[in-house]
This record gives sequence, C-alpha cells and structure tokens, in this order.
Amino acid sequence: MNSVSIFLGCIVPNRYPGIEKATKLVLDELGVDWADLEGASCCPAPGVFRSFDKSSWLALASRNIALSEAMESDVLTVCNGCYGSLSDANHEMKNDPKLAKETNKHLESIEMTFKGTSDVRHIVEFLSKEIGIEGIKEKVKQPLDLKVAVHYGCHLIKPSKERELDSVEKPSFFDELVEATGATSIDYADKMACCGAGGGLRSALLDKSLDIAEHKFQNITEAGADLIVNACPFCHLQLDFGQIEVKDKNGNEYNIPVLHYTQLLALALGYSQEDVGLDMNFIKAGNILEVMA
Amino acid sequence: MTIKPSQLLEDMGYSIQTCMQCGTCTGGCPSGTYTGMNTRRIVQSARRDKDVLNDDDLWMCTTCYACQERCPGGIRIVDAILALRTEAVHNGIMLPAHRKIAQAVISKGHAVPINDNAREQRKQLGLDELPANVHKFPDSLEQVKKLLESTGFVELISEEDSN
Ligand code: SF4
Ligand code: SF4
Repeated sequence: MNSVSIFLGCIVPNRYPGIEKATKLVLDELGVDWADLEGASCCPAPGVFRSFDKSSWLALASRNIALSEAMESDVLTVCNGCYGSLSDANHEMKNDPKLAKETNKHLESIEMTFKGTSDVRHIVEFLSKEIGIEGIKEKVKQPLDLKVAVHYGCHLIKPSKERELDSVEKPSFFDELVEATGATSIDYADKMACCGAGGGLRSALLDKSLDIAEHKFQNITEAGADLIVNACPFCHLQLDFGQIEVKDKNGNEYNIPVLHYTQLLALALGYSQEDVGLDMNFIKAGNILEVMA
Repeated sequence: MTIKPSQLLEDMGYSIQTCMQCGTCTGGCPSGTYTGMNTRRIVQSARRDKDVLNDDDLWMCTTCYACQERCPGGIRIVDAILALRTEAVHNGIMLPAHRKIAQAVISKGHAVPINDNAREQRKQLGLDELPANVHKFPDSLEQVKKLLESTGFVELISEEDSN
C-alpha cells in the first residue's frame, strides 16, 4: 500500500471540517501513512468547471495531481465530485499524449509537470480494497446498532467505464463497509437515485435540486432509517442542509441525521460525536446516541 | 460563428446519430421528474442542429450518468451534454450563479471558499484554522491564477462579464 496525500476539496475543509477530522482519525487508527496535500485548490468541480472550459479543468486538476506526484504518493479524496474530476483527468492525461502535452505547456508557466505516476483513490474504495471488511471489523471498539440508509452518490461508481468498481444498478461494497461497523444497511426505494446537487443544479436552480433531494428524504423516512451515510461532502451538504431548505420551502420536516462514512467509522472506532463534528451538522445527531445506548 | 452541434459532438467522438429515440434516458432521469429536462429531446435537438446551446435544459442535468449507463445504444449522453455546455459558455451563454463560482475559483482557488464559521469550527475540532490548501499557501493561489490565465479562463469569464 502506497502512502496517500489527502485531497480535501472545497466543502470538507471549508464547510464540514468534522469530515476532515474524522478522516484523519480513521486513517491513523487503521495505520495508513498519510499527509496533507499542501497547496491544493478546487478539484475543480466536475459538473460546472469541466463544462465551462475543458483545458482549464484539466490544467487545475493536473496541478493537484502533480502536487501528489511530487510527494510520491497517491491522491486520496473523500468526495465523489473531487474523485470524479481528479480520476477522470488522471485517466485522460495518462491515455492521451496530445492532451498531456497541451496541459503540460500550461503547467510549465508555473514550473510544474504532470508525469502520470500517481493514482487517484476515493476513501470508500480505498478502505474497501486496502483495509478490507475484516480489517475494519478487527478495529471496531463500539459496534453501532443503527439502521443506515446508504447513499452512494453518483460519481463514486459512474461513469462505470472509467471506474470499474462495482455494479452500477446494485452495488454492495459500500453497504458492506457500513455493516462492518455493526450497523445494518437497509434497503429503500430508488436507493441509487441522485441527491440532486450535482452538475451545477444546486448552485443555479436550488428549488429543482431540492425536489430531487426530498424524493430521497421521503423514501428514506418510509424505510425507517435512523440516519443517512454518504461518501461525498456535496451530497452531505445537500442531504443535511437540504432538509432545512426543504422545510423552509414547503414545511415538510424530516430530521434525519447525515454522516459521512468517515464519521460513522470514527464512532465505531471509539470516537465521540464531538470528536468528528456531528454537532456541527444542521440536522443534529443527538438521537443517534440514544439509539446506541 | 459557432460550429453545428452535430458536427461538434461527432468531432469529439460522441456519436449521437445512432440514437433510436427509445426514451430510456428520459425515463431514468432524476431531474426530468421535477424539471422540464427531457434528455431524449436534447439528443434529438443536437443531432438535428436545433438551437440546443440556448436550451435551458442543458443546465438541468445533475451529471448523475444514469442515462449514459442505461442507453442501449451506448451513447455518451452526459459527455455530450457537457460538451454542449462548453460550447454555450464559449458563446457567452452562462447562468449568473455559475459565473460566480468560476470567479470564486479564480480569486480564491475554491468554488466554496472558507468563511468565519468554518474557521471557528476548525479551531474547535483542534484542526488548524486554515486548511492545508491554497488558503494557507499564498504562493499556491498565485499558481492557480497564473494557470487560469495561461488557459485563457480568466479572459473567458471576464469577457462574458462585459456582456
Ligand atoms: S437512451 Fe440512448 S438511444 Fe434511447 S433515446 Fe436516449 S440517447 Fe437515444
Ligand atoms: S446525467 Fe443528466 S440527463 Fe442523464 S439522467 Fe442524470 S440528470 Fe438526467
């Protein structure tokens, strides 16, 4: 297993630092050799930035990857959007010499070069492959007796041609990781549906974006989940703050706590809700502890 | 003037001519249930060279890739939508909120830059007040700006500003 450099992206360090804290605690507990990817920028966001100008998207993404190459480590993301941008860019740069040459010309202006020596990993994929279910189970100190609605998010597994992780319609590797903490992953209607935030929809057309999210809240409530667990801070924002916005918009209140997987795992490894910033969520997770007690 | 949508997509290798208008894409589209988004119609407009660059639906797509995964013809629908968006932006068509995000990346290096609340929360969690990204390293932010000047992005965004 190579060492990894943590690519934080925008939302984790700048809106949900509890996820950053949880990630670092979890990696330490599991004995992973990690470092911060210092000086990284926006990935940049795939749905918007990539659609504005491809060469700019590729140049910024390649700079982030080149920073990791200089550290001789793989890039570790905790966000589906960052993973989508960085792994797609890495893939294109490694497989299209002409594109790599053009991009490296831009990188020359800041005295950097993309070499193609690093891989881009997503924390859920990384833990599943490098630590494994048994490896995680061994470390669990506080098994969580909770019913979890797992939200994969889109860009973790799609487009599948580039990812080759698991079935797109019925994946299971993330559910297995959740269950390794002692929790039960419950099925719910349209589980693989999008949270509605991506592609610039949340930023530009919030109302429409929230309608898509509310469809998930309804299905998750009907299935009787104690909480939602996601793999992406942008989904996290949409599913957590989105509940407040949905309430303001049409009065419907769901009140389902939302955790990033690293936060759930940190709890199972013995950390407290405060340690991983659950109290900083918009939907307070107070009732989780009651369920666990 | 702008290249024809069908030609643009053909040149990029996203052949849409084989679309049989089955509607599988539209049927599984999470946006289409709540918006006017009709993926099949966008594909049809593009291959018939209708004015798809000005079609608002182009911006209703969450890029969830459900359509692309399910298309029986293997058409790279989302990649095509992204390419059409790019062409739109290069023709001065951009939603105001998206321009703001682009400007944030140019000036702060992040689409969602840090704020006071997050600084406070970081301290409470025992993390450094500033994360180890461009916020902490001014030289890195300069690099990002230089890079975006080199690719013409700064010009692309400010040009649209004067419209
Ligand atoms: S699913 Fe594919 S073939 Fe069917 S209408 Fe959509 S783009 Fe055309
Ligand atoms: S990628 Fe876009 S067009 Fe395709 S199903 Fe998802 S929201 Fe609809």
